[in-house]
Amino acid sequence: MTRAATLVSLVALAAASCPGAAAARTYDAVIDQLKFGPLPAVLKRGDRIRWINRDLFRHSVTARDGSFDLDLPAGKSGAVVLKQAGTIRYFCKYHPGMTGSLAVKP
Amino acid sequence: MLKPLMAAAAVLALPGISFAEGAKPNDAQVAHIAYTAGQIDIAAGKQALAKSHNKAVRAFASEMVRDHSAVNDKALALVKKLGVTPEANATSSTLTKQADAKRDELAKLEGSGFDKAYVANEVAFHKTVNAALRDTLIPSARNGELKALLKTGLTLFSEHQAHAEHLAQSLK
Repeated sequence: MTRAATLVSLVALAAASCPGAAAARTYDAVIDQLKFGPLPAVLKRGDRIRWINRDLFRHSVTARDGSFDLDLPAGKSGAVVLKQAGTIRYFCKYHPGMTGSLAVKP
Repeated sequence: MLKPLMAAAAVLALPGISFAEGAKPNDAQVAHIAYTAGQIDIAAGKQALAKSHNKAVRAFASEMVRDHSAVNDKALALVKKLGVTPEANATSSTLTKQADAKRDELAKLEGSGFDKAYVANEVAFHKTVNAALRDTLIPSARNGELKALLKTGLTLFSEHQAHAEHLAQSLK
């Protein structure tokens, strides 16, 4: 086996032993017209969600379980890394009619 | 024979916002009415922030001041860009007169009496403005950007109406 191939298999082994970190992805969700944009139906622990506020208005992305609370003035964006598996419901604390939920797999 | 009568009957039956069918407001008037409605709600929010000690009422009032200011700032920038001068009209002056009377009425109230009356008026005011936006102002607007901003306004004010309705329930 060449040294390069050994290195590749070692990296693969490391990735396999730490699935959350290796599979983590970043997803963007746009907030516009008082709606939270769509996200994948199922997310993984370690994934990063970036909310981009394209509305004229200040919004928040506030988890009902208190695990995160992003304050997003008009035009700003902010991100959250999903640290726990489970369903996280969120809402905008300024516009309580705006709601969403995340399904996070381990 | 019946036509003039029917036209006369087809005015919006909402207090303060009435345009006879066939007498659609022009864009300068539409802009003035929408802007005036926003300013009225900003003033009402400021009054609530000066008088109320209720955390939820104050949060709602702050939201009204912030959101309506954002829409009105955008509206001012838009009319400037379009070279339209908002035109005062009977509808906007009636709205202002009614709002002045309501503000005087609310000024005499204190504590939870004020909170309940303020929130009840916010429900009623947003209902009136939303009906006017939906039935008269948006269909009347000729300029596409003005129409789009009015639609954003309707989405926002509908959320405000729902928020005010929930708040009114919690104050009972």
